[in-house]
Amino acid sequence: MTSTYAVLSEGLERRFGEVHALRGLDLAVAEGTICGVLGPNGAGKTTAVRLLTTLLRPDAGSARIAGHDLVREAAAVRRRIGVTGQYASVDGDLTGRQNLRLFARLHRVRGPAGRADELLDRFGLAEAADRAVSTYSGGMRRRLDLAASLVRRPDVLFLDEPTTGLDPASRNQIWDAVRELTADGTTVLLTTQYLEEADRLADDIALVDRGRVAHTGSPAQFKALIGAHVEVVVTEADVMVKAAAVLDQLTGTEPSFDHDRRAVTAVTRDSTLTLPRLVRELDAAGVPLLDASLKPPTLDDVFLRLTQEAQEAQEVQGAQEEERAA
Amino acid sequence: MSTLAYDGGAMLGRQLRRIRNNPGLLILTQTMPITMLLFFGYVLGSALAMPGAQYRSFLVPGLLVATAANGLMTGMFQAAQDTHRGVMDRFRTLPMSRAAVPLGQAAADLIVTAAGTVPFLLVGLAVGWRVEGSALEAVGAIGLLLLFRFAMAWVGIFLGLLTRNEEAAGQLGGATFILPLLSNAYIPTDGLPGWLRTLAEWNPISAVTTALRDLFGNAPVPDGAAWPVAHPVAGSLAWCAVLIAVFAPLAVRRYAHGER
Repeated sequence: MTSTYAVLSEGLERRFGEVHALRGLDLAVAEGTICGVLGPNGAGKTTAVRLLTTLLRPDAGSARIAGHDLVREAAAVRRRIGVTGQYASVDGDLTGRQNLRLFARLHRVRGPAGRADELLDRFGLAEAADRAVSTYSGGMRRRLDLAASLVRRPDVLFLDEPTTGLDPASRNQIWDAVRELTADGTTVLLTTQYLEEADRLADDIALVDRGRVAHTGSPAQFKALIGAHVEVVVTEADVMVKAAAVLDQLTGTEPSFDHDRRAVTAVTRDSTLTLPRLVRELDAAGVPLLDASLKPPTLDDVFLRLTQEAQEAQEVQGAQEEERAA
Repeated sequence: MSTLAYDGGAMLGRQLRRIRNNPGLLILTQTMPITMLLFFGYVLGSALAMPGAQYRSFLVPGLLVATAANGLMTGMFQAAQDTHRGVMDRFRTLPMSRAAVPLGQAAADLIVTAAGTVPFLLVGLAVGWRVEGSALEAVGAIGLLLLFRFAMAWVGIFLGLLTRNEEAAGQLGGATFILPLLSNAYIPTDGLPGWLRTLAEWNPISAVTTALRDLFGNAPVPDGAAWPVAHPVAGSLAWCAVLIAVFAPLAVRRYAHGER
């Protein structure tokens, strides 16, 4: 069973002094897929990547990467992974070409010079190849960083916030490169704070919060958790209640009011609800409509909601513990 | 072992390419001892009891060893910078020998020191320094110097991995300038008060400096000195062996484990 997962971790824990950065991380990434590890700052995303790439030892728990035990077979793991991120970096005092040749040599690639040229071309760095990396822009540097992780095609590629701080064009280049890789069978685990990034790239999302995986699922499943936003704007304030009654009936949830805009909003999990039907129903009820919209939720909504729920649950638990203590 | 040789060679190549890309720092570190030779030899030397030419002969081996000792800064700064900037983490995730990164650095330090010795000794010859012993002894002196430099490289790399930050490494590096001042590199130790003399003579720099002076035939081994200085060649070899035996494994361990 384990062979079908490129990354499989169970109960990974790591403390830094008083800080409990990971409190039992369970992660399963199927071979050839992209897993987006999503979470707020300080959730433990970077610690997770540092553990899974052999940079840190876990205090407890275990993990297998490409079928090899993270701790006992660290050398075998290192032969099968590529790492790019906030910290795994390149040498700023070498040129792009010198960097790639060095890493190709260290990876025992046959013909390191040829491989370096190939990657420079592919990542649009051929022109800057002989300049010191310290003169590169942020986007170029990140591309070189990614190229350096690919000198030998890794079985599992770890990307820690690969596009943080990049302009949209550079971001798209990185995304395209990541998609191409999975087409070749590489498994990708990427951490990100950008929900759009997870939405566009990931087959599965693991929401990490306070050192644990709080939720997993596909981007579509995440969105289904929250449902779609329905919003109608009416002409007169006194028909808002009538509009709300229709929305209540259609969605089964309690609508909320924005009196300034004369808008009524609700959330629906009913995927069969369409905009024409919404308009017809409102029209039939005699609601004079100015505007109506039915929007799928953004991952931002999901993210906020799930982390809020987790926060509230924790607060309730904390309060209960305090009561018990008192 | 062949893995270590191959990876270490790649890392040595990296260091030499860095120097070629940015030769300014190399020129600075190579001209520093020459400047000090001229400054100490003519300015400070004029105030010493020893005649000027004799002092400059005395100073050449001292500065060679002092420079080798301060050379620990190169490895320290490099290791701290690599750690701070994150390159070290990439190396740690690569399937390479755990000793390759520090070994490549130590080897690069050795080559740079060997190359820098030539212009320094040419200036030494110009200001009156001579090989006054046999050629074989002179070769032995250079060998001993390089062995000491290699030992100091490991000390520096370990300290750099420990500080993990360029600024802290820079500050610590400043402190290493004091080390040769507490030795016989620039002045004879026989004039020092008892306890200070003992301290200075147990400084590894003193043993290696005395060995070089003895092997080059520039100055005799002083009487009544502490053991490493009284037996300078054996004392130097012992010091180098101890430094390498302690700091090489520490540096490799520190590199391999990082903050694990």
